[in-house]
Amino acid sequence: MECNYELKDGTLRICVPRELDHHLATQLRQETDLLIEAYRVRKLIFDFSGTEFMDSSGIGVLIGRCKSMSYSGGEVIAENLNERVQKIFVVSGLHKIIKIHTKEEDCQ
Amino acid sequence: MEKRNEMRVEFDSRSVNEGFARVAVAAFIAELNPTMDELADVKTAVSEAVTNAIIHGYEEEIGKVRLSCTIEEDRIEIVVEDTGRGIADVEQAKIPFFTTKPELERSGMGFAFMEAFMDEVEVESAPGKGTTVKMRKQIGRKDD
Repeated sequence: MECNYELKDGTLRICVPRELDHHLATQLRQETDLLIEAYRVRKLIFDFSGTEFMDSSGIGVLIGRCKSMSYSGGEVIAENLNERVQKIFVVSGLHKIIKIHTKEEDCQ
Repeated sequence: MEKRNEMRVEFDSRSVNEGFARVAVAAFIAELNPTMDELADVKTAVSEAVTNAIIHGYEEEIGKVRLSCTIEEDRIEIVVEDTGRGIADVEQAKIPFFTTKPELERSGMGFAFMEAFMDEVEVESAPGKGTTVKMRKQIGRKDD
């Protein structure tokens, strides 16, 4: 499975895979960290427009990136959450520590 | 008329099988006509239990994870079993954000998610003996 990334002016947009579980979380975490370091990313956008499933492994990835970005004074945003992903955010309390945008922007 | 149906699968503790496990259970309980939300709740809970077996039960080694699902009327029972390391303190493991693997960025939300998305969760475990997680849920509850 492939994760897609878009880099523009210090902003990294991550197109979160269709199913974000432990299996894909490992890959997503490694690739994201590599890009953040290599390109001095200041703003990280997790785009969930193509995501249908996420479990607590996904929460771990997001919390981890929030921590590392806050050390460097960067920003983390989650976008285009469907109802299910939103529920996972609320149950885990993630909606309190990460900024959520609802604007429609396709990244397929 | 009593409705009863049961399935059982066993698979290697490889992370690629997490997706297989949730889809297998989702397909099996489809005959109860669950709502999208119920289906997603069950898939999330299965994913959490199987991920725990893979990461914590067997750690780096490959062992067998057993998954079974029983339908009785409108109730399902899912059992996820491993014969791995086991959990010394189950109550501690259930505390939200508690994790023994912070270096892997585990959120510590696994059991909290299972409890949030299923009606009942029972955990039996002993160090060196493996872990059995039983989860129950009623499908198609009218007050939902």
